Amino acid sequence: MNLSVKIGSLTLQNPVTVASGTFGYGAEYAPLIDLNQLGAVVVKGIRLQPVRGNRTPRTFEVTSGLLNAIGLQGPGVDGFIRKYWPFLKELKVPTIINIWGTTVEEYAEVARRFDTLGGVGALELNVSCPNIKEGGAQFGTDVKLLSQVVAACRKATQLPLITKLSPNVVSIAPYAQAAEAAGSDALSIMNSFPAMAIDIATRRPRLANVTGGLTGPCIKPIAIKLVWEAAKAVKIPIIGMGGIQNAADAIEFLLAGATAVAVGTANFYEPQTALQVIAGLRQFMQQQRLQDVRDLVGQCR
Amino acid sequence: MVEQTVQIVSNQRDTDLYFRLVVRAPQIAPLVQPGQFVHLRILPLKHALLRRPFSIFQVSGDTLSILYKSVGQGTEVLSQMPPGDELSMIGPLGHGFTVPAAGGETPLLVAGGYGMAALYLLAQRSPQKGIVFVGGRRRVDILCEEEFRALGWEVRATTEDGSHGEKGLVTHALQTELGRRAPGRKLFACGPTPMLKAVGQLAAEFNLPAELSLDEHMACGIGVCLTCVVPIQTGDGWEYQRTCTEGPVFDSRQVAWEEAK
Repeated sequence: MNLSVKIGSLTLQNPVTVASGTFGYGAEYAPLIDLNQLGAVVVKGIRLQPVRGNRTPRTFEVTSGLLNAIGLQGPGVDGFIRKYWPFLKELKVPTIINIWGTTVEEYAEVARRFDTLGGVGALELNVSCPNIKEGGAQFGTDVKLLSQVVAACRKATQLPLITKLSPNVVSIAPYAQAAEAAGSDALSIMNSFPAMAIDIATRRPRLANVTGGLTGPCIKPIAIKLVWEAAKAVKIPIIGMGGIQNAADAIEFLLAGATAVAVGTANFYEPQTALQVIAGLRQFMQQQRLQDVRDLVGQCR
Repeated sequence: MVEQTVQIVSNQRDTDLYFRLVVRAPQIAPLVQPGQFVHLRILPLKHALLRRPFSIFQVSGDTLSILYKSVGQGTEVLSQMPPGDELSMIGPLGHGFTVPAAGGETPLLVAGGYGMAALYLLAQRSPQKGIVFVGGRRRVDILCEEEFRALGWEVRATTEDGSHGEKGLVTHALQTELGRRAPGRKLFACGPTPMLKAVGQLAAEFNLPAELSLDEHMACGIGVCLTCVVPIQTGDGWEYQRTCTEGPVFDSRQVAWEEAK
């Protein structure tokens, strides 16, 4: 049975990865799960400089979901390399590094830094974080800016590039196509959906940032639709994500057109989820007498 | 840190909305240090996804217990679960209290409401006995007083309505005691944030070391989501550190409350 898939030139031993921002820098989960069973480890978004992040409260639990506005708190490129890379580079599975910046030049510079680091599996361009004032979604909701960011990073690195798209657009097809045309090797679909909650007792927003990004099982149908539409618009592989809790959810993404998937918010409440998805996918393939996981991709009729 | 399915041994009402839960957790219980917590997934909750963090109260062989208040949908469902039911538990988590050394400082513990539970193991494992100050709004908010007395500790209770112990705030009782200026004392506190801030101020005023156990909302509990961050002084500035990982116990001098607004 073949579970391996390709994302650009990168081979994953199975199609199950984790979503950036829900898995720290990998090491945090090492006491609880065998990271080497994953398709890849995807780390939290990193820009050139350390980032303090937003004020608290930063998350709020909603029905079948989670609202967050963390603000991409992180150690910056140097801090990441010093604190986390020594652990990650020893893993047998690839590390995908999620990167962002506040200018096109910064994205390219971060890409260049990781290109010269050696041993990185791929870069995921975060052009879709809804919770920061500069950078993030401003690049992912403007086709021209998106093209510029991807093209600049393409020039800066030989590493496979994955562009993580925003769901907050009228149609995802032109964004998917723009990323593909500018040299992206794959797409991650989707980032969190802009959302808000209010405390009726205090009449104040639940998040210090007022608005946040919605994730968890409640966004899955939105993500399935976006993967379905993007898969028809591009030839490059798609990593599907949004509310995956079990193998059935992951298979739905594959059928919609995703080549691989990422487990996100479920990591927070059930760290075993990604491994359970891999086991369940294997079982499903046995039951369906499928030899190759790629035979599920885009097979929704 | 271990994730395991644990079985409920007992889950009984203590006073009012407070409950005591005992679970069999053979992989977790022996590892517990004072001030640490567990992260519980309440499996019957279907549309509230996150685990809930609880301070560890008592440990005995392969069981551990928590003392919780039914305050929301998670704890309400938990309070209805009978013995034999299962929960998913990750623990022990976090950086706990420094257990006083034999012959060292005299520990003064300060608790608000169910914050008392988080201090029990510290009192039990401390070779130095001291005084526990416990406060609450009403009599029913004063928990596990007898357990501390059974350890040979002096307990001073305060209630805001005067229905039990001295009338007033726990920090007033503490302030009176500190005013005696007995040498070689250290404060350990767990309770609501306003109480912790007041304890921190008293520690600064009387120039005493203090360890505070902070209570912040959490999502993952293991250091990745960055929900539970608090501003902590580092060198000449401050940074957000995680209550679940660097905490929940912090040196009171390091907590930069004024930055948290």
